[in-house]
Amino acid sequence: MGRGTRQGYCNPLEYEIVGRPALKRLRTIALLLSACGLLGGCNAVVLSPSGYVALQQRDLLVEATILMLLIIVPVMVTTVVFAWRYRQSNSAAVYEPDWNHSTYLELMIWSLPLLIIICLGAITWASTHLLDPYRPLSQISADQPVPEDTRPLRVDVVALDWKWLFIYPDYGIATVNDLAAPINQPIEFRITSSSVMNSFYIPALAGQIYAMPAMQTQLRAVINRPGVYEGFSANYSGAGFSGMHFTFRGVSDDDFKSWVAEAKAQGTGLDRAAYLTLERPSEDEPVHRYSSVDPTLFKAIVELCVEPSKMCMSEMSAIDAKGGLGITGSANLMPFEYDKYARRGAVFGVEPSYVASLCTPDEPTGSKPDAPFSAVPDPAPARLVGAGLRLPSFTPLPPTSGPSALRIAFRRSGS
Amino acid sequence: MFAQSSFLKLVFGRLTFDAFPIHEPILVVTFLGVATGGIAVVGAITYFKLWGYLWREWFTSVDHKRIGVMYMVLGIVMLLRGFADALMMRMQQAMSFGDSQGFLPAHHYDQIFTAHGVIMIFFVAMPLVTGLMNFVVPLQIGARDVSFPFLNNFSFWMTVGGGVLVMMSLFVGEFARTGWLAYPPLSGIAYSPDVGMDYYIWGLQVAGVGTTLSGINLIATIVKLRAPGMLMMRMPVFTWTALCTNILIVASFPVLTAVLVLLSLDRYVGTDFFTNDFGGNPMMYVNLIWIWGHPEVYILVLPVFGIYSEVAATFSGKSLFGYTSMVYATVCITILSYLVWLHHFFTMGSGASVNSFFGITTMIISIPTGAKIFNWLFTMYRGRIRFELPMMWTVAFMLTFVIGGMTGVMLAVPPADFVLHNSLFLVAHFHNVIIGGVVFGVFAGISYWFPKAFGFKLDRFWGLMSFWFWVVGFYFAFMPLYVLGFMGVTRRLRHFDDPSLQIWTFIAAFGAVLIFLGILSFLVQIFVSIRNREALRDLTGDPWNGRTLEWSTSSPPPAYNFAFTPLVHDLDAWWDMKKHGYRRPLEGFKPIHMPRNTGAGVILSAIAVVFGFAMVWYIWWLAALSFVVLVLTAIIHTFNYDRDFYFPKEDVVQAEGERTRLLAAQA
Repeated sequence: MGRGTRQGYCNPLEYEIVGRPALKRLRTIALLLSACGLLGGCNAVVLSPSGYVALQQRDLLVEATILMLLIIVPVMVTTVVFAWRYRQSNSAAVYEPDWNHSTYLELMIWSLPLLIIICLGAITWASTHLLDPYRPLSQISADQPVPEDTRPLRVDVVALDWKWLFIYPDYGIATVNDLAAPINQPIEFRITSSSVMNSFYIPALAGQIYAMPAMQTQLRAVINRPGVYEGFSANYSGAGFSGMHFTFRGVSDDDFKSWVAEAKAQGTGLDRAAYLTLERPSEDEPVHRYSSVDPTLFKAIVELCVEPSKMCMSEMSAIDAKGGLGITGSANLMPFEYDKYARRGAVFGVEPSYVASLCTPDEPTGSKPDAPFSAVPDPAPARLVGAGLRLPSFTPLPPTSGPSALRIAFRRSGS
Repeated sequence: MFAQSSFLKLVFGRLTFDAFPIHEPILVVTFLGVATGGIAVVGAITYFKLWGYLWREWFTSVDHKRIGVMYMVLGIVMLLRGFADALMMRMQQAMSFGDSQGFLPAHHYDQIFTAHGVIMIFFVAMPLVTGLMNFVVPLQIGARDVSFPFLNNFSFWMTVGGGVLVMMSLFVGEFARTGWLAYPPLSGIAYSPDVGMDYYIWGLQVAGVGTTLSGINLIATIVKLRAPGMLMMRMPVFTWTALCTNILIVASFPVLTAVLVLLSLDRYVGTDFFTNDFGGNPMMYVNLIWIWGHPEVYILVLPVFGIYSEVAATFSGKSLFGYTSMVYATVCITILSYLVWLHHFFTMGSGASVNSFFGITTMIISIPTGAKIFNWLFTMYRGRIRFELPMMWTVAFMLTFVIGGMTGVMLAVPPADFVLHNSLFLVAHFHNVIIGGVVFGVFAGISYWFPKAFGFKLDRFWGLMSFWFWVVGFYFAFMPLYVLGFMGVTRRLRHFDDPSLQIWTFIAAFGAVLIFLGILSFLVQIFVSIRNREALRDLTGDPWNGRTLEWSTSSPPPAYNFAFTPLVHDLDAWWDMKKHGYRRPLEGFKPIHMPRNTGAGVILSAIAVVFGFAMVWYIWWLAALSFVVLVLTAIIHTFNYDRDFYFPKEDVVQAEGERTRLLAAQA
């Protein structure tokens, strides 16, 4: 639809709307638009994405639209035809003022939409499971399964006020507002936010997923065509929201290696103190890179315990699961020193405070850095995740480290 | 010095001179405009000595017809404010490319899109729809008023009170900068410490009281006050949709109230329901607000489905096709509307099974909705369609709404939603259903029932102007947004880097200007119609050859609606009566028991506004005082036993005699 209407709208209207001074610039824009419109791609990126996941989502969109047009177009045509044919001045048309029921028609008008919805519902059920952002990819493109020995590229994404932090745990680097991935390699995003809700979205790559504070979401995707794409927050998050975008590069393996090396050469590292500085609100942040990154940082961000003395959420849940600390727990509060917030504490609330960590300064998170959120045992993941429709090539991951286990364990500790 | 400032703080809370935006030129000019207009209106009312008349006949009126009209006036006044916000947004998005930052800073722009959403839903669409239900339902079921006439007046004034608080934020302090549903943690005290969010909360809480009570009132009315013989399956379709709507209101608005109470507790006393720390979870808010928010969509659209049904049948000169399936479709939608809320946040990361469940329930709603469209279609089939204004709005709705329905089902497929969620495609979709559905329907309703309310038709020429500006303007304003959505452009952006998008935001802004002309034409239409009222006069009470009971009485109806309660023998009661040669009774009139007007509603609402204002600004003494006074006033009002009177027989005889004379002159 977008591509179809573009050529129709671009040119003719330009002359009606635009005043003289802007005319020249807009004419150029319109020419560019119609030119790329003719080439078929333009920048309707949702309709011509470069990643396999987004491509399947596009196909789904087209299928759903066609299915619905089967009924929408006849309805629109009939509306116009009936409105014209049975107008008052047309005395040739039949007039039956008391005709108001027809079992046959009633059956049709309920069953036709029902049939279409049954088809669409089946497609929805299948595609929602197959394109679940938590589901490991089985294909990197329509005719290419994921090679056996491929390990996905892991990227930890943090939405900050108002910029994006990307941590590459496998490479020990981090970047701000700059994301790169080698083409045809599955990418595994773990996503969270430092303060308010955002949505992590690279239209060319895959659909979006929310970035929520104290929670972790996941997204799996693959980029198939090299190029520079746009990524941004798709959920309003405050004053600097408009400038909260980043570039996403799909690059060759070699280019990716040199991109990593370039970051490694930057010199500055991202430890907890540097993160707390970075976390402060800033707008239209330029790209910067970190040569090293604290390996426990992402987990600490999710668990709201980047400040060294703060108790992590998994620890808090674990203590509460065993009955809590009782009245002694209330003595374990510390006043805030540093603050990223506009304000702390409600007008009638208690003094702003946080729960202090019970652990040693060397081990602030109270658990091994790489362990998943295992504080809460995972009772029955299969029941909650839903068996869904399995791809023939899909093999469930081992229960202890699989994404489903991680997700549920995390939900428990996060809510 | 210190003592003085803490004294001031005690008296005025956090209200200081800084709260008045004298440094923001746009707001100063707006204020001057509003003040000038306000002074002119107040001056005119004083000059023509209308205050007493307005107070006695309108403000304190418990007559459902007058309250309905006042709801419509409120909706139209607020439409001007909400639309001014829309124009500013469209202008900003058309200008703010590359080096240009447009004319609105983030601080202002973010308030504007929040206010636009809040005002359009709560103070434009809701009053317009409630106003039509209030006016029409008792007439359609042959009742003399609603079940609780004072409650009706009180509900209206509470809605006004909420609107006053929201409007006040324009010139005293500021409004929320959170988006219209105010998701925490952004709307929490940590990120929105200003008064804007508190205006939002108290504006909606005050108005919410009105909406909930009005819902209870109309349910009781429809269930208990139907004319003898009007079985449920003989109720006009508009009454059916009104019943379902009010059930939705009563079941869903308490959820909104509760969720806003929880948010207020977070903001005022430091609880942690929706914070990130101490085990709170913002997503609970998102779930709760949409458990209200999705039924709200149907609260708006179901009554206008009813309007289209009435209009299609009347102007096709036929009885409605498939009345029974229309009723069942309405009931299905009512129930299903509670089972779809999660489709507003598929992207939260729920499991695939949860997402597909809510995706499929959403699609299932399109089945009864589709059935309704077919029913209107077959109502037109073999009819004699008169293209009066209401019918034109209806045909425009049928063509426009199906597009919105289609894009809605596209968004209901979770993986497809992942690429379109929060984009301008979504913005285009819900404007497509709300403008193409609700707004068109309200205009159909206004032009359909205006002669009933005032005794003269609306001017056709300006009605056509308004119609075409609205319809064409809608397509210009929102089709580009669909395209921009496909380009991956998200909503609520204040500034764009990519200059190739500008042509689309330009077209959208042009469309907004067309819609503006549509609104102006509507106002001109009202003005011209009042001036030409003698030529447009309807003396029969039945200008469209109508089918339902409201057309059996005079235009405007007498205060008591019906001198004798009509007896209903069939669906389309008035059509049936006309067919069987109904004769108006000309004698045997009796005095009519009527509710008496009272100023309690206005007073209670004014106190509620003071309470809300005090809570917003932390003026605790005033909050405590106004709350106590509010409760006391409500209690004192219950001791007012002078709440009814008998409409004298002579007056009934005279009014009915006059109508007999007019009808005879017609014949």
